[in-house]
Amino acid sequence: MSVGILGFGAYLPQARLQRKSIAAAHGWFEPALLGLGRGERTMAAWDEDSNTLSVEAGRACLAGRDRRQVDGLYNGSTSFPFLDRQNSVLVSEALGLSSALQTFDLSGSQRAGTSALLAALKGAATGETGLVIGADNRRTKAASVGEMTYGDGAAAVLVGQGDVIATLVGSHTRSVDFIDHFRTAQSEFDYQWEARWIRDEGLMKIVPESVNALLQNTGIDAGSIAHFCCPIGSAKDQKALARKLGLRAEALQDTLESNCGNTGAAHALLMLIGALEAAKPGELIVVLGFGQGCDVLLFEATDALAQLPAATGLKACLANRCEEENYFKYLAFNDLITMEHGLRAETDKNTALSAAYRNKALTTGFVGGKCSQCGTEQIPLAPICVNPQCGDVGTQEPHPFADAVASLNSYTSDRLTYSLDPPAYYGMIQFAEGGRIMIDFADVVAEQGLEVGMPMRMVFRIRDYDHKRGFRRYYWKAAPIYPGIGA
Amino acid sequence: MASGIRDKVAILGMGCSKFGERWDANAEDLMVEAYTEALADAGIESSAIDAAWLATALDEQHVGKSAVPVATALRLPYIPATRVENYCASGTESFRGAVYAVAAGACDIALAVGVEKLKDTGYGGLPQRARGTVNDLFWPNVSAPGSFAQLASAYTSKHKMNKADLKRAMGHVSVKSHDNGLLNEKAHLQRKIDIDMVLNAAMIAEPLGLFDCCGVSDGSACAIVTTPEIARSLGKQDLVTVKALQLSVSNGRELQYNDWDGSYFHTTRVAAERAYKEAGIKDPRSQLSMIEVHDCFSVTELVTMEDLHISQEGRASFDILDGFYDAGGQVPCQLDGGLKCFGHPIGATGLRMIYEMYLQLQGRAGARQLENNPVLGLTHNLGGFPSQNVSSVTIVGREGA
Repeated sequence: MSVGILGFGAYLPQARLQRKSIAAAHGWFEPALLGLGRGERTMAAWDEDSNTLSVEAGRACLAGRDRRQVDGLYNGSTSFPFLDRQNSVLVSEALGLSSALQTFDLSGSQRAGTSALLAALKGAATGETGLVIGADNRRTKAASVGEMTYGDGAAAVLVGQGDVIATLVGSHTRSVDFIDHFRTAQSEFDYQWEARWIRDEGLMKIVPESVNALLQNTGIDAGSIAHFCCPIGSAKDQKALARKLGLRAEALQDTLESNCGNTGAAHALLMLIGALEAAKPGELIVVLGFGQGCDVLLFEATDALAQLPAATGLKACLANRCEEENYFKYLAFNDLITMEHGLRAETDKNTALSAAYRNKALTTGFVGGKCSQCGTEQIPLAPICVNPQCGDVGTQEPHPFADAVASLNSYTSDRLTYSLDPPAYYGMIQFAEGGRIMIDFADVVAEQGLEVGMPMRMVFRIRDYDHKRGFRRYYWKAAPIYPGIGA
Repeated sequence: MASGIRDKVAILGMGCSKFGERWDANAEDLMVEAYTEALADAGIESSAIDAAWLATALDEQHVGKSAVPVATALRLPYIPATRVENYCASGTESFRGAVYAVAAGACDIALAVGVEKLKDTGYGGLPQRARGTVNDLFWPNVSAPGSFAQLASAYTSKHKMNKADLKRAMGHVSVKSHDNGLLNEKAHLQRKIDIDMVLNAAMIAEPLGLFDCCGVSDGSACAIVTTPEIARSLGKQDLVTVKALQLSVSNGRELQYNDWDGSYFHTTRVAAERAYKEAGIKDPRSQLSMIEVHDCFSVTELVTMEDLHISQEGRASFDILDGFYDAGGQVPCQLDGGLKCFGHPIGATGLRMIYEMYLQLQGRAGARQLENNPVLGLTHNLGGFPSQNVSSVTIVGREGA
């Protein structure tokens, strides 16, 4: 049985921060930024982090699949919000995966995403199915190059045996303590070294050594590679790399520099998804991850790729976009500016961890109830059925609502209640098969608004932050499905 | 089947503090202000009171837990005292406790006190607070206006109504209450407004603008109740008696089942029907002399006109714009300015509504006194959110009416 990729899914936050707005703010101070002030970068909403990004990419990847088949979750990120509370377990429960699951938070380098993929493929060789997710939402200093060039996003690939859309041909890893940048437990932001040195000693040395080793091991000629996914280096530098390696120039996969930004640990996987969306059966795909060395993986697309049902991949994510020209929103969402939040923001958000644990099926999994007597679906799962004609006690079975589509019953946009992104939108939604809830909304586009009866889908988000204790709570929110916008 | 408490209990005396931003007063001062008025009105001493009920909703903002604060502030003579809380309908709950005690024969004279001291938060609007350990895990981040604003979206959708038309009718609700409040020296807000001010005001929670929202106030109100016989023995004439006292509490059906459309208060409909039955009222539209409803927001008052079965469903905005509920209309509503202008010190509000009915029925309402000899008044005191609330309907009237 061949081992490889079974499917993929991606997620990019819908806001696209226009880089000219960053340049307009900081060009006076750092004129070099003016040259970078073109195009746009993805920008996470205030209630998104690496974990919520991971969940959405994972949902896209697993859509229509039996989630109970997943044996392992390999989650790569350098911006995990929790250092000691495994982030991937939270993600797995939000995804509704079985608890008989191996989970891994893989971090520490920009190649965390490709290392997660390699680890999962090792498991796949023994017959396991692994979900690989790369996600990043890196905070950057105002007026830094990273602020311009980074993006927020996540990418997921399902690996295993069977009906693979791309077979793993081979891989190679070199581990080298090459410190192009670093971030420590004590530092909030990346400390970056000179780009020219990274290019000359990293991109043009460590990468070719690694790629050539793989090609040598597998007996593949560089010129036969159809898609080369390299998440570092400018387009110009990558051309030089292609010449050095003997790659065809057209094999270079778009780095998404202009329309997304570099999504860190997600980026190699995101580019891989882009390559899979473009690849034809039989084509060779190389994906590499760079950071304290280099992971290189070689895949061959199979006939199954042509039969893969349409998934929310890179194309759909790039198409689902809303331009954001207010750079101050970016600063506010990422806590990069000291703002007056007002007295209403001071409500204590302490979480009773015992109560949170007891109720996590609802809050993490968005699982409600379905009455085994009358069939009424309801949220939350309660001891006594809400159907006035039934009222039976202890008859409800857990029933998932996360992937159900609802319609909007009532709504408001609220400028009084505290929100980091006012106005706060919320209202009551009604699921088609039954079940309703009053809930916060996400991703409302002010220009498009809301209308009673419009379709809504569920998204996993941060509910609130407890700044006093450094905790954050997650929950689901309802997002409008606008005609013509993806998802 | 219980027949109810119609005419079994009479109001012996009432009092109400000045509502407003009472920077000068603690909650205890406000209670004393209302109580001394009620005691003088009743013509009794504290020693005559057999039991007391205290209503506060946000006790953590002022007096704290228990009924000890009311017993201490009023120096009650070691009598039974109980604190009640039922969202913004707490005031009526204290009244219910006192009235039921008298109706049951357990007490000769009982006291209901409601108080709220809201203006020690440092910001406008209701206090933002936690909602319970488990609720805080999944309840939406609602404010009071945002919660009630949703009535408008559901109402316009259900009745295929233009949003601007609804907003205008809501606007008339507020203009009317401001006109009424001008005649009430105890009212928090005493300022004339016009429809353009309402329509052009800053948006709080779509479609509720600033003037669609009631005042957040400090204040206290108080009732002393007894049997009609004892009232007469104390020299009282032209008694105001309780005709009906009903309460309906959401059981999760609106919020969690599939049949409520979000445009009305199921509880109010239930409570109103029970109250009319208890009071022997067949046609509220023609029989009620006046009403005080829980106009926390203009849209609440609008849909409540239908839930009380005074306006037909879908027709409230027409009645409102026709002036049916104006001071000179057929069923005047919020003669004292309502929550909108009298203000909304939560625990006091239900009692404040009854206070206005009591004054009007006795011809003591001063500049705003109805001239057509009112005989029956209804108060509607609501708490919570449209999707989960407590709704109480009280009917008081002249003895024998």
